[in-house]
Amino acid sequence: MEQFYVFLQQMVNGLSLGSIYALIALGYTMVYGIIKLINFAHGDIYMVGAFVGYFAVNYLHLGFLGALGVAMAVCVVLGILIERIAYKPLRNATRIAALITAIGVSFLLEYTTVFALGAQSRAFPEVLSNVRIGLFGNKVFVTNKELLIYGVTLVLMILLQFIVKKTKTGKAMRAVAFDREAAMLMGVNIDNTISATFALGSALAGAAGVLVGIYYSAISPLMGVNPGLKAFVAAVLGGIGSIPGAALGGVVMGVIETMVIAYGQSTYRDAVAFAILIIILIIKPSGIFGSNAREKV
Amino acid sequence: MKRLLTRQNMIIAAVLLAVYLIVQTLLSVGIISAFYETNLVLGGIGVIMAVSLNLITGFAGQFTLGHAGFMAIGAYFSAVMTVKWGMPFVLALLGGSCLAAVMGFLIGLPTLRLKGDYLAIATLGMGEVIRVVLLNTKYVGGAAGLFGIPRLTNWTWIFVSAVVTVLCIRNLLWSSYGRACISVREDEVAAEIMGVDITRYKVLAFVVGAFFAGLGGGLYAHYYYFLQPGGFGFMKSIEYLVMVVLGGMGSMTGSVMAALALTVINIFLQSYAAIRMILYALLLIVIMIFRPEGLMGSKEFSSAMFSRFERRGDRGSAGGQ
Repeated sequence: MEQFYVFLQQMVNGLSLGSIYALIALGYTMVYGIIKLINFAHGDIYMVGAFVGYFAVNYLHLGFLGALGVAMAVCVVLGILIERIAYKPLRNATRIAALITAIGVSFLLEYTTVFALGAQSRAFPEVLSNVRIGLFGNKVFVTNKELLIYGVTLVLMILLQFIVKKTKTGKAMRAVAFDREAAMLMGVNIDNTISATFALGSALAGAAGVLVGIYYSAISPLMGVNPGLKAFVAAVLGGIGSIPGAALGGVVMGVIETMVIAYGQSTYRDAVAFAILIIILIIKPSGIFGSNAREKV
Repeated sequence: MKRLLTRQNMIIAAVLLAVYLIVQTLLSVGIISAFYETNLVLGGIGVIMAVSLNLITGFAGQFTLGHAGFMAIGAYFSAVMTVKWGMPFVLALLGGSCLAAVMGFLIGLPTLRLKGDYLAIATLGMGEVIRVVLLNTKYVGGAAGLFGIPRLTNWTWIFVSAVVTVLCIRNLLWSSYGRACISVREDEVAAEIMGVDITRYKVLAFVVGAFFAGLGGGLYAHYYYFLQPGGFGFMKSIEYLVMVVLGGMGSMTGSVMAALALTVINIFLQSYAAIRMILYALLLIVIMIFRPEGLMGSKEFSSAMFSRFERRGDRGSAGGQ
């Protein structure tokens, strides 16, 4: 029975990490769905979100929701700027060219932050007090921060699902993702729709950044590299282009990683993500929710 | 055989020999300080890595982000051979390269079914897995690193290895194998219809590229006395990718020049690591937006460019396109 409680406790931790991966993975999957680009810079937008949250709390003296709002807003602007300046000129270039540009943008964000703020990690200010809630007769603990992460993630995902399924912009996004030329002929403004996709994805990444700051209370300029890559793996796991897939993939990824740390060797945590990736790509490249699209010649 | 002894080849050989002798003399007299010698070595390794990466990415069109992984295999295995097994340096270099090539084959066979950005991510993952496995292998020192590697790499080794690498890959590319690789890059479907076994040529490019990356790794290991898995991360792969992209994907001379140019730039930015990375990032973005084919495109900087001034029409075996 003890074993089972330990497992449940790991599950609680895994779900928090997984929620964060899911939030980042959503941005990847939307951008990939619409312009077929692995937006390498996405993990760094998450990093910027964390730093904006840090400054918002420390210098603007905002609370949690304020910091979350400011971080999301700044990330929206950043995401749109990156899309307009770096990716838009390459819309008709080869995918490799766009991918290399994305790597460039990622490095630019990382090292500009290192240059401006230093490479050392900083302590994220405590905006919330620590409350532990015991479950199963105090065998398993859930903190208020974890509950907050679950809650914020859930709300944002429902909001996203609403925007994508019910609004005009969402309809345009789905149309462009399905067939860009046809959408253009039907009068959809492609540029604005792609910008909107980047804006939504970046907002979620910014939110994830603040949540991570609160949960792990340490942020650094290179914090986005590994979660960014893992979130991408999560998006592939769920089926790239699929929003529920990214959410599920992120959660699965977080749980697996936490279990590896708990039961295996923590030094292998980064390798596991990539091993999963290689296995999915070889066995079922379309992922869990992906459609089995035949390649057009 | 007589095509080997053309005027052009003789001139190239003479120039290479002259460069080697001049640098060697300057080194032995002590005009080139230890600091610049290090950069010579790094530049040479850069040439080997960039040209071998260009074979995979530029010529065969398989975008890989895990080149540093092969370098790590070559570096670690060759170091193990000299340090733990007491093998001579030549054998260690060859051993490291061969193991990297074998890994290239084992990894390439399944992953090369993937295309474009999926392949890029899979190779990135592969590079990271190699790094993490090294990190967890006690035999090679784990996270602390492998110590006590003798410094056997010198200018002669670097120079000879770089020339051999460029020569081998150039000859491969100017053969029917090379043309098949290029056809795979240009249009996989068309190449397949014309009877090119695309998987075979992709794997071939991958294996040869991995072999020379292993060679670069072996030379690197025996210059720096010690190895750490952290040194062969994603960042390292990007460093060589920048060289290939800057020089032009599909231009060997471009890669060579870009490798040397970036090494020189690094000399000036030695103490500003962040600025160096910002510069790399801007280089990547600006090149991709304004000149996606790189500085040289797929053109080669060849002796034909000079001989045009000497004698019109004589482009014989110049090796240009």
